[in-house]
Amino acid sequence: MTTMMSAATTCTQPLLEAKHLQLSYGQQVAFHDVSLPIASGEIMAIVGPSGCGKSSFLSCLNRMSDLVPHCHVQGEIHFNGTNILSPRTDTLLLRRRIGMIFQKPNPFPLSVWENLALPLREHGLVKSQTSRRAFRQAIHQAIEAVLRDVGLWEEVKNRLHSSALALSGGQQQRLCIARALILQPEVLLLDEPCSALDPLASAVVEELMLRLRPRYTQVVITHNLAQAKRIADRIAVFWVQQHKGQLIEVGSTQQIFNAPTHELTAAYVSGGKG
Amino acid sequence: MSISQRPGLTVTALDRLLGFAMAATVIAVGLGFCWILGAIVAQGLGQISLAFLLAEPSNAGREGGIAPMLVSTLLILGVCLAIALPLGLGTALLLAEFTITDQRLGRLVRRSLDFLAGVPSIVFGLFGNAFFSQVLGLGFSILSGGLTLACMVLPLLIRTTEEGLRAVPPSYRQGAAALGLSQTTTLFKIILPAAVPGLIAGLVLGMGRALAETAALIFTSGYVDRFPRSLMDSGRALSIHIFDLSMNIPGGDARAAASALVLLTLLLLLNLLAGALAQRWANSS
Amino acid sequence: MQTFEMSQLSSLRRAHRRDRILRHSLRLLGSITGLLVLLITLFVLQEAWPALQNLGFIRFWTDGSWHPLEGSFGLMPMVLGSGLIALGATAIATPLGLLSALFCQCYGPPLLVVPYRRLLELLAGIPSVVYGFWGLVVLVPQINRLHPPGQSLLAGTLILSLMILPTVALLAIASLAQIPSSYWQGAAALSLSRWTTLTRIILPSARSGLFTAVVLATGRALGETMAVLMVCGNVVQVPSSVFDPVRSLTANIALEMAYATGDHRAVLFVSGLVLLAIVAGLVVMAEGISNQGMSSESVIVHER
Repeated sequence: MTTMMSAATTCTQPLLEAKHLQLSYGQQVAFHDVSLPIASGEIMAIVGPSGCGKSSFLSCLNRMSDLVPHCHVQGEIHFNGTNILSPRTDTLLLRRRIGMIFQKPNPFPLSVWENLALPLREHGLVKSQTSRRAFRQAIHQAIEAVLRDVGLWEEVKNRLHSSALALSGGQQQRLCIARALILQPEVLLLDEPCSALDPLASAVVEELMLRLRPRYTQVVITHNLAQAKRIADRIAVFWVQQHKGQLIEVGSTQQIFNAPTHELTAAYVSGGKG
Repeated sequence: MSISQRPGLTVTALDRLLGFAMAATVIAVGLGFCWILGAIVAQGLGQISLAFLLAEPSNAGREGGIAPMLVSTLLILGVCLAIALPLGLGTALLLAEFTITDQRLGRLVRRSLDFLAGVPSIVFGLFGNAFFSQVLGLGFSILSGGLTLACMVLPLLIRTTEEGLRAVPPSYRQGAAALGLSQTTTLFKIILPAAVPGLIAGLVLGMGRALAETAALIFTSGYVDRFPRSLMDSGRALSIHIFDLSMNIPGGDARAAASALVLLTLLLLLNLLAGALAQRWANSS
Repeated sequence: MQTFEMSQLSSLRRAHRRDRILRHSLRLLGSITGLLVLLITLFVLQEAWPALQNLGFIRFWTDGSWHPLEGSFGLMPMVLGSGLIALGATAIATPLGLLSALFCQCYGPPLLVVPYRRLLELLAGIPSVVYGFWGLVVLVPQINRLHPPGQSLLAGTLILSLMILPTVALLAIASLAQIPSSYWQGAAALSLSRWTTLTRIILPSARSGLFTAVVLATGRALGETMAVLMVCGNVVQVPSSVFDPVRSLTANIALEMAYATGDHRAVLFVSGLVLLAIVAGLVVMAEGISNQGMSSESVIVHER
């Protein structure tokens, strides 16, 4: 695990990098001057008090901020070397490559199967086959693989065609993760993925994130410092200063918890310990 | 309501008065409804038979049935929906789902709908007569009446459809966007199916409004009480039949009451059907 | 691997193309809807134009009488008739509608509120021609017994008030429903009487919604045609009592469109134009009221 972490931190070319990023809603600045490189394969946890712009920051990384009225983003975000804030970016493709998981599980009001097959077909991720039967078989294989990946296969294999809304909260959230994974993204953005779940389901999702670690780069917002400590390679601390969100410190998990440089970080993590 | 020396007492008296006024209102409105319905049922029920529904009118409507009016009404309604549904659904989608990209257009459309909703039906009739009947050369026809009605029901149709769309949780849209689904897929595979109960409600309200309308049809679809031969033929709607019998035909009251009863029954059935459909949809998904 | 990439790329292109088509078609449909208002106004204006040009706008108010075939085009009695009927109906329907809304939203027992609301919705759905028919065969004879001829300003006012009552009540219910429950709880905690709670807290905070409800109902009353046509007697005159027959602008159009030609027809379109102008005024008024309500509500939010 330590070798992993050092590999991530010493990586020279970050996979995803925000440069002097600022986001405002109308006149209100949510956060400003955030520069944060995210290395390939690491789990980056974003922590901080409510209202410090964590979720807004995350929503820039896959341009979900486009969907918010009066929302304006300045700065640059580089993904594999290109600036994704450029108007020429294909957001459909971008969001396929950078998946997102929300606070509240949000499966579509369709069957488990349709929830997964819909994005798969939409992006043409299954090779067109000689027959419909073979095509369906290929979709089935992809669905089974991804459900096994999130540990949901055994639980839902007999109810693939019943409504996804009938699943429990934890199952729904894992289905949502599966739905994002089926598009074979490079990055997963997770916006407090466990906060709407009970502790047991939360632990399952946490374990899943660790299992996905080497394969997917993950950026996760969490209010739970203990959780950040358990899963993150590095931690970014956001804070509100002069009514604006700011990134006050980034470092390895060990450094943030054991030797924070910013006094606010120190107060925050010690408060979190207590 | 004299001002008492002890304010507490006055306030209690006012409270009691308020309660009394509310009870009186509720009873009065209830009785009014029963009076209207009772009078129409009492006068009309005896006239209704299968023959009444299936026969053509004779002796200016005093005898015979209402079959041609039923056919004309349904045809006018059909034309109205054929135009109003795509236009209404499209506009509602624009207003509810494209709030960011088409903000300015949306605001303009919304403003004109507010205005359109207040336009008296007789003015729609004037417009329909001038535009559809004369300029487009459709004359007094089912087509002309249906098109006029389509303009009239649009605001109602759009408002209820938009409400139905807005009732769909935004998390579905977020989830779809985060997967990079196209807007087309999001709308047709996720949002619209989830909005079906709201869409049915809008459809039913619009149909009810169209079925009930009279004034907009007098100078567009006309009075002729034969079976219409085509959409370009004039056809008398049921509501106009009621109007004509009661105003212009001495001794037509009983048949007018029976026609009114049929119209009310149609409206009621429509409502019940919509309720059942929405219920079934809610259960199935 | 090559075909794999190709299928993804073509899917993406297809998605963008479909989205573009969707966006453009919705814009087209929305624009048609938006242009409808313009089309209606323009056509009514165009048809009214000959009259406005030949006769001038002033004539409609100064001509002493309405004898269109002899070239006398006084709209005044009909404008007055429309106004009186609508005002009377609003005056009756407003208190009844408000009381109904209070019953439904605040005080009524749930067992009664649900059917009563349903009743209001049913009343709103009854066609105006059915109201008119009932007025003609039931109400008018009753008024006739009281004071002939029966077809009168009073009959029109009563029928219309019954017709717009559901509008007032349902819109008022919607606006009362917006009041935060904390207001009620606060009033209850202070054990304020119903009367004080209503007049000091509830009605003031729902004010703008209630005004809008009344304004919209007035608009509906002004524009109503069939029921008024059927029960008001349609004599063109300035009524001297509520038992006198009157003719409304809308009824005038409905009665005379069938045989009107030339200037006469154009004058009917002028009255349509007048109706449109009144409606536009009312809509602007309703919008102004609700905007005012919005800004006063935001003041409350800021104070908190």
